[in-house]
Amino acid sequence: MMLTFEDFPPGRFGTFGPRHVTREEILAFAAEFDPQPMHLDEEAARKSMLGGLSGSGWHLCSLMMRMMCDGFITRTASLGAPGVDEVRWLAPLRPGDDLWLEIDVMEARPSRSRPETGIVTFKSTIRNAGGEVLCEATAPIMVRRAGA
Amino acid sequence: MSFFEDIKVGHRREIGSFIFTAEGIKAFARRFDPQRFHLDEEEGRKSLFGGLAASGWHVGSVCMKLLVTDGQRRAREAAARGEQVVPAGPSPGFRELRWVRPVLAGDTISFHSEIVSMRTSDSRPQWGILQVRNTGTNQRGELVFSILATAFVPRRERP
Repeated sequence: MMLTFEDFPPGRFGTFGPRHVTREEILAFAAEFDPQPMHLDEEAARKSMLGGLSGSGWHLCSLMMRMMCDGFITRTASLGAPGVDEVRWLAPLRPGDDLWLEIDVMEARPSRSRPETGIVTFKSTIRNAGGEVLCEATAPIMVRRAGA
Repeated sequence: MSFFEDIKVGHRREIGSFIFTAEGIKAFARRFDPQRFHLDEEEGRKSLFGGLAASGWHVGSVCMKLLVTDGQRRAREAAARGEQVVPAGPSPGFRELRWVRPVLAGDTISFHSEIVSMRTSDSRPQWGILQVRNTGTNQRGELVFSILATAFVPRRERP
């Protein structure tokens, strides 16, 4: 059974993880998409504002997407997302981090233009094993309604 | 990377273009966004996207790639002119990311970046904070991607 719009009432939907992140993954993503010294080079990273090697924020967001897919999106009648209202990178992603993803439904409303669809606004929070919040994101996803 | 003092609101520049191939779209999706319309042409055609569509995070990550490589190219040019070059700071986040239209296999996306606002940081006086609107348009001139990004840049004058 695929999850539909009706399965996402406002409130805590679930917590997913852990997802272990290796140094090799951080370096590989940075080399391909965000080749700044603070994401690639230990010595440059130590001198940066983040004080040590850190993963790209886009890597963290991409990992968040993967954790959402593994957690529930691939068994949800998702039609895609129009965008992301806000992402806050609050603390750096470090090599060896174990990530936990908390998903809260902030709002769920039927679409005016597509009656077979609802729009579910999720707040995603990523924490490391110590409970520190690394990233918060708020984004709507279009989900098919039951029977549609 | 430029210093805060060298940057002006309204300045817009082209940061490069990128071809999203079917293989590239699927490879990113397998790693980070394994939804059916990002993995399979037929599933993409049946979806709202109308074809094999790149993950929105792939589009955003490519925009970041072009921003960084364009900044590094300009830094090399500045260094060759004998100017002082400084590394950019991190970003505290972004707002208003819009995937306006799907990016489909074979599309070439050209990205632009425009300075929207700038201010000095109260808590970190050696840094300025920029808001930048980055956009992507496809080969037909249609807007496909827009984001309001925030970034720290170093100040030349250190109070």
